[in-house]
Amino acid sequence: MYKGGKIIVGLVIFLAFLTFPFFYNMGKANAGPENLDANLKQAADSQCVEPADYMRNNHMQLLNQWRQAYVRDGLTEYTNSQGKTFEINIDTCTKCHSTGAASNTSGVSNPAVNEVGVSNPAVNTSDQFCVSCHDYASVKPTCWSCHSEPGGATK
Amino acid sequence: MKALLSFLAVIVLILIATLGVDVANLHFLFGIIIPYLAFVMFVGGFVYRVLKWGRSPVPFRIPTTCGQQKSLPWIKQAKIENPTTNLGVVVRMASEIFFFRSLFRNTKTELRVGADGPKLSYGSAKWLWVGSLVFHWSFLIIIVRHLRFFLEPVPYFVQIADSIDGMLQIGLPPIYLTDLFFLLAVTFLFLRRIVIPQVKYISLAADYFPLFMIMSIAISGMLMRYYYRIDIVAVKELALGLVQLHPVIPVGIGAIFYIHLFLICILFAYFPTSKLMHMGGIFLSPTRNMKNNNRMVRHINPWNPELEYHTYEHYEDEFREKMKKAGIPVEKE
Amino acid sequence: MAKVEKVKTPKPEELSNISYHPPATDWMDTPTEFKPGTYCWGAKEKDLITLGLPNPRQWSPADEDWKVPEGWETTILDGIAERLSKYRSFKVFMDICVRCGACADKCHFYIATGDPKNMPVLRAELLRSVYKKYFTKSGKFLGRLAGARELDMDVLKEWWSYFFQCTECRRCSVFCPYGIDQAEVTIIGRELLNLVGLNIDWISGPAAACYMKGNHLGLEPHAITGNIETMCDDIEEITGIRVNPTFNRKGAEILFVTPSGDFLGEPGIYTCMGYLMLFHELGLDYTWSTYASEGGNFGFFTSNDTAKRLNYKIYAEAKRLGVKYIIGGECGHMWRVLNQYMDTWHGPADFLEVPVSPITGTRFENAKSTKMIHISEFTADLIKHNKLKLDPSRNDHLKVTYHDSCNPSRGMGLLEEPRYIIKSVCNNFYEMPENTIREKTFCCGSGSGLNASENMEQRMRGGFPRANAVRYVQEKHGVNMLANICAVDRAAFPALMDYWCPGVGVTGTTELLANALVMKGEIRRTLDIRLQDLPGKGGNE
Repeated sequence: MYKGGKIIVGLVIFLAFLTFPFFYNMGKANAGPENLDANLKQAADSQCVEPADYMRNNHMQLLNQWRQAYVRDGLTEYTNSQGKTFEINIDTCTKCHSTGAASNTSGVSNPAVNEVGVSNPAVNTSDQFCVSCHDYASVKPTCWSCHSEPGGATK
Repeated sequence: MKALLSFLAVIVLILIATLGVDVANLHFLFGIIIPYLAFVMFVGGFVYRVLKWGRSPVPFRIPTTCGQQKSLPWIKQAKIENPTTNLGVVVRMASEIFFFRSLFRNTKTELRVGADGPKLSYGSAKWLWVGSLVFHWSFLIIIVRHLRFFLEPVPYFVQIADSIDGMLQIGLPPIYLTDLFFLLAVTFLFLRRIVIPQVKYISLAADYFPLFMIMSIAISGMLMRYYYRIDIVAVKELALGLVQLHPVIPVGIGAIFYIHLFLICILFAYFPTSKLMHMGGIFLSPTRNMKNNNRMVRHINPWNPELEYHTYEHYEDEFREKMKKAGIPVEKE
Repeated sequence: MAKVEKVKTPKPEELSNISYHPPATDWMDTPTEFKPGTYCWGAKEKDLITLGLPNPRQWSPADEDWKVPEGWETTILDGIAERLSKYRSFKVFMDICVRCGACADKCHFYIATGDPKNMPVLRAELLRSVYKKYFTKSGKFLGRLAGARELDMDVLKEWWSYFFQCTECRRCSVFCPYGIDQAEVTIIGRELLNLVGLNIDWISGPAAACYMKGNHLGLEPHAITGNIETMCDDIEEITGIRVNPTFNRKGAEILFVTPSGDFLGEPGIYTCMGYLMLFHELGLDYTWSTYASEGGNFGFFTSNDTAKRLNYKIYAEAKRLGVKYIIGGECGHMWRVLNQYMDTWHGPADFLEVPVSPITGTRFENAKSTKMIHISEFTADLIKHNKLKLDPSRNDHLKVTYHDSCNPSRGMGLLEEPRYIIKSVCNNFYEMPENTIREKTFCCGSGSGLNASENMEQRMRGGFPRANAVRYVQEKHGVNMLANICAVDRAAFPALMDYWCPGVGVTGTTELLANALVMKGEIRRTLDIRLQDLPGKGGNE
């Protein structure tokens, strides 16, 4: 007795799981998150709090550090690696990183559950800087659990 | 010694990846070619091995019965441990695959020799079961979590897995529970191999190697998340490129990522040639996946041999006179 | 040939001094020790000729030269290849073991010897290492790193030693997370050894006898009827009733087949007397057969072919006699074979009918294809329907515990039926500890053809975990009788009990039943089935 049919079915299911990502993304462009620079309100030559490379990998650490400094230690200023000083405030971020024009009430929305159902971040209609990357990498920032969302109602 | 060799092998692999990326700049090789090769070897090897098993028949129905058989209507049958229905088998198999039912039975035998003679006792020994269960489940959840790099948009079930896993919100980025459990479990599985003399004695280099590989993969992954942070947006671009068959190498991903990826690739390629195939084999284990309906439905053996038998005629020919004397009826007088 | 002296079995204090610490050398570098008293004699030339098995010759395991034929390596490797293509179990079990060690201290031989090669995992590894070397790429290239090694004469001898230190009890397979069954590996290992003429005398002797004469003991037809006549005399003395069994009778409704161990020797014959009394009391239309006079199957410990050839007689005789169905007696591996192999080998049994108890009308749907039921199923049904008049007080002098035989428990699941019978016929029944009964039962240490006398030390070791559990209930509850449903148990346990827990007797379940069975028109019973005074029932007290 071989039960060959059952083995084949089992293998097909196994293959379906393994190749699921191939089919799921089929025909979509790999464009990465939407063009970040387009959302920048400032000129491209000005630098963020720290160099972009650093910010890309470590912004969450910096934000955490800021929170600690402001809330626990009462500091209001941050001096970056080049000696430049910034006010510790979320507005320091949103000044550049949000259009602030239209309110995006969904906060860190997930494109998958957007009514638009858009799967390509390149045409994501989101107007927030954070959202595009965070959605793309599926990371939920905890910023908005305390801070009101930019452009939304202020407390 | 065996452990040391396996450990060195893993170190060599790590060095290869480090040098390959940092010195030789072979990002294309380590980021694209090797992952594709590994995937093909894994899938191809896995399917090949399972089909190879499948080509041999199961000549006899040999379930290991671990409970009361179905016999008289008033005797309660153990419908799962001694199944006679497909449902029973499915539940039995599911309990083995999802909960390691048989391992749960594990006991530890102890011999004490006292004044009144030797005494054997069988204590509960669930640590192996706990360790393995934590290890395998963490592994599965970690794989599901990693789908966020391969799927765009990220489906809801992956997000859920992610948020539950990180629900403690300790540190930033939040520590995943499975990362901790996984590392603990794999360390436990390694330690019991070197601490318990019997287990150490039966362990082969081939038993330590996957453990070190898995441990290194976990550690490199955790380093990447919690320490040597990398640009995960770039990582996702690379991963998506692979599954969309338009591979790209985004700039600026740290070497730690390529080490992580390379170790995974080696593990995947190694998988079908090794004991790791227990993943597929458990499904085909005849002592677990068969019904004990032997006396109800005949099982067919495709190679059931034709043999020569000592027939009754032979027997009577030899003993006819003795049989007649003993008053036993015979066919030929 | 080296003359092997009869060795004295060490005392229990010495045997229970067990070290579980593995040797300093790796198992592949640890040579196999052949210590007299721990292994069986080699198979005899004449028996292999009778069975048509390869390489018949006189040889002794104590000799340096085992006289295996030229080119034996090829024979073995081809044999492995053939079995890989025939048995998925073998292939899968060779490939998927992760050496977690869960099986290690589940084996009675490991518990009792501390020899790591008696751990099921390592016993399988003895063969797996060769499989890896010649049948897998990783083993070919990585060699020892992947656990592979060359096949040579030392390996062959090691196989012989350790595959005949496994009783195919399947206890390891209960605990293995993948259900790897060392019995299956041992069965195949022994088949391979058989290809070059390496069997043991205690298996090939009975198998040859069974092939020619119908039973393992080699009892010729008149000897069987003679023995049973003697039993009938004893029954008459005990009960005042003359039982008249029939042999090879055509047209009987039922053929009864039991292991031949029940025809000769104590306490097997008492169980046999029990069958005779029970069937007589029921007025059952049944017959014995002198041709199919063996329920057990030592061929099963030899090779699949030999097992099939020995098993042939049961259906053939049922067909010749024109019976409706078959009842099988109390035996362990017999029921593994009947339950999991017979129908596949020799079915479909369309010349038989689905067993229906003529007394209760119960239709045994669980045996509707094989058409053979276990005596315990048959008897439990009778008792449940109140068809037997029982006086359990006749067994009041007994404090009984029950040993689940390996094969009926792990290859069938016959657990409750015998317990139901025992509880109905005995007032004092005590279970052994949970981890030593039912599917976790311990082997008697002498199963799968290892109940010879020359390996007595090893048998006493192998039975140690079982005996230790008996001793527990002996000390706790005063148990003095070990009931079972297996002829090998009945043959092996008396020595084991005397060795580890003196004062505990051994009985078949049907003997207990017969003692309690109140027969129509019987005299007042003063004797038990063993013709000894029944305490509290008059007699010579």
